[in-house]
Amino acid sequence: MTTKELDKIRQSKKELIDVRRLVQEQAEKLAPLTGYRKQVLVCGGTGCTSSHSMQVIEHLEKTMKECGIDDVLVVKTGCFGLCALGPIMIVYPEGAFYAQMTPEHAETVVKKHLVKGGEIVKELLYKGTVHEDGSIIPFAETPFYKKQMRIALRNCGVIAAEDIDEAIAAGDYAAIEKVLTTMTPDDVIKEVLDSGLRGRGGAGFPTGRKWMFAKASQGDIKYVCCNADEGDPGAFMDRSVLEGDPHCVLEAMTIAGYAIGAHQGYIYVRAEYPVAVHRLKIAIEQAHKYGLLGKNILGLGFDFDIEIRLGAGAFVCGEETALMTSIEGHRGEPRPRPPFPAVKGLFGKPTILNNVETWANINPIIMKGAKWYSSIGTEKSKGTKVFALGGKITNVGLVEVPMGTTLREIIEEIGGGIPNGKKFKAAQTGGPSGGCIPASLIDTPIDFDNLVAIGSMMGSGGLIVLDEDTCMVDISKFYLEFTADESCGKCNPCRIGTKRLLELLTKITEGKGTDEDLVKIEELAEHMKASSLCALGQSAPNPVLSTLHHFRNEYEEHIHEHKCSAGVCKALLSFSIDREKCIGCGLCARNCPASAITKTDYVAPGHKLPSLTIDPAKCVKCGVCMSNCKFHAVERK
Amino acid sequence: MEHKEACAGCETLGTPEQKAALEKLICESRSTPGCLMHILQEAQGIYGYLPLSVQKEIAKGLGISLSEVYGVVTFYSQFSLKPKGKNRISVCLGTACYVKGSDKILEELEKQLGIKCGECTEDGLFSIDSCRCVGACGLAPVMMIGEEVYGKLKPDMVKGILDSYREASK
Repeated sequence: MTTKELDKIRQSKKELIDVRRLVQEQAEKLAPLTGYRKQVLVCGGTGCTSSHSMQVIEHLEKTMKECGIDDVLVVKTGCFGLCALGPIMIVYPEGAFYAQMTPEHAETVVKKHLVKGGEIVKELLYKGTVHEDGSIIPFAETPFYKKQMRIALRNCGVIAAEDIDEAIAAGDYAAIEKVLTTMTPDDVIKEVLDSGLRGRGGAGFPTGRKWMFAKASQGDIKYVCCNADEGDPGAFMDRSVLEGDPHCVLEAMTIAGYAIGAHQGYIYVRAEYPVAVHRLKIAIEQAHKYGLLGKNILGLGFDFDIEIRLGAGAFVCGEETALMTSIEGHRGEPRPRPPFPAVKGLFGKPTILNNVETWANINPIIMKGAKWYSSIGTEKSKGTKVFALGGKITNVGLVEVPMGTTLREIIEEIGGGIPNGKKFKAAQTGGPSGGCIPASLIDTPIDFDNLVAIGSMMGSGGLIVLDEDTCMVDISKFYLEFTADESCGKCNPCRIGTKRLLELLTKITEGKGTDEDLVKIEELAEHMKASSLCALGQSAPNPVLSTLHHFRNEYEEHIHEHKCSAGVCKALLSFSIDREKCIGCGLCARNCPASAITKTDYVAPGHKLPSLTIDPAKCVKCGVCMSNCKFHAVERK
Repeated sequence: MEHKEACAGCETLGTPEQKAALEKLICESRSTPGCLMHILQEAQGIYGYLPLSVQKEIAKGLGISLSEVYGVVTFYSQFSLKPKGKNRISVCLGTACYVKGSDKILEELEKQLGIKCGECTEDGLFSIDSCRCVGACGLAPVMMIGEEVYGKLKPDMVKGILDSYREASK
């Protein structure tokens, strides 16, 4: 394909994509030019397909056929971000945002809305898009989307994820065209360097510097790698980019190849992401067919190809040297640095590795320029960051905000606050390598350096919200279980350190801890940070240290009072029945898995049946009695 | 029955079809640099797990030692040395699911099936494993049975879901 042909595709579908990006009135004017009266976008990301969005599509198409509708386009896109309300469906040009769709709902929408002269079915809309007076708010104006700025996710939920023409019309491959026709490799590196882009995978190393080092390395063979081994539990932005806009990653890797002088790329992706792998394979095949990958790209004389390698479930493979060892087909153990991968990486050759979200920022940087990009964000953290909001928050999903947005804006405004009237206790960022931000620091502007300063880290962008029902000792034990399990075992500080830390934490959650244990934890943590081989071991103590710093009182409560206020640490709990409240219905006794509940001979005033009691020796502290009792007679201490 | 087959698998390479598929796989992939992971993933697809006999055959085919193959197999959690159930249950213990109580889902599964995480029921119908984040955090807590995702789970839903699989296998 030539640049002319590329432009032809871009122009042919321009209006089709524009309708999905514009505000309602403009979109309505443009719609007649697209050849379709309406477009229905249905989310085909993992979140929504898990809540059966494919059946919704099937039903849509079937009912449309039955109703004789042939001028409405149904598009299967990537993630819209608001996963908690899936399956999600948007109808353009109106921009009507339907949530929690079922096949039956789809049928209703076709018959009442998609037919000629039809009207929006208000009762099926996401309730955040309907005013009390019944008027409709465009979804871009809802609190969830309004504060967001979508750069990395610009095409997710906008284009058909398996259609390269739509990707081209939405702007993909324009940057590689610009690079190959008007820029030298040094120009490209300078642009990325000036943009201030820092790696979105964890540590935040400046991307342009990485590229500069790799370019400076001597060698005829070099490699470009993409880290799509998103192992941080609770983070799923990389998966969403691969599912929603796989071409932007292929394009960015090709640009990097041109910049450093590499002709081969590898994408290392988790095998647990079947949808992402499938769409990547399709994307690579299409790019080959169009001459956007392979020999002589766009007829401009540059060769670049990409292979997919599947991970096999090892968290440590997110570490760059471990990932490369794994691509080589070995146990994914990290190796000491230096030499850094830019000098000696994959198969011993100079290599650059960036993660998916980092790659997704390259096209806009090339197209709009470093100056534009560096105007967004804070002094040392430029651009935007995607967060995966999870845990105890109303709007679970993916959000992209400028660096420097405060935690309060993310949680209270975009995230819609904590459900069930509970209180915000802390936010966990950075997964097993990060820490917890307490409620007192909720106004901290989030960027790389601020997070490190308060004892956490950006990590890949998982943001788990914890409420008052979460025990901070238990949560750090949870992370240590994770890192102890995932430690590769190559270096002692990590292999033995994580195990010992876990033992100490377990002791505390069982009420057997001492003050001396806290001293031991702090000492051990410092040694691990100083002497572990890779980031996994160096950062493994972070969850403990940050909770110990911000929530020391909880640790002390476990140790001194043998109490877990959040009611999580089983060994410290005891259940009893308030005999004045118990009406003797026996529901708890019937559901008790340990047969620990028996009748007493006491009948409370006003009740007919004798009350019940729990035998502490038999009780397994599962809490089933408490959740079953309708009279709040079961007490937990 | 399952166990007997597993033991037989230590010595043989399964059915003639499985054996042929393995040979073809090794033959096609051996020249690609770093092919071992790919071969193991595909071989596990053929056999359902990676018995020693299969690992030996792969080592022989690639001209590397068995210990190297075994080292890789035991490093990654995706590879299994033991046969799995007909219905592979995978409970997400990622953070988002954990804070929403996925540990209680796992407990309930273990109770209902009378096995521990990592084990397979005697009738070979179910096996339970835990996994780290399937990326469906919006539906937490989540478990997968085969390819099917079950979200927004509560412990009392577990029995009904298991029963539907028991019914289907009759």
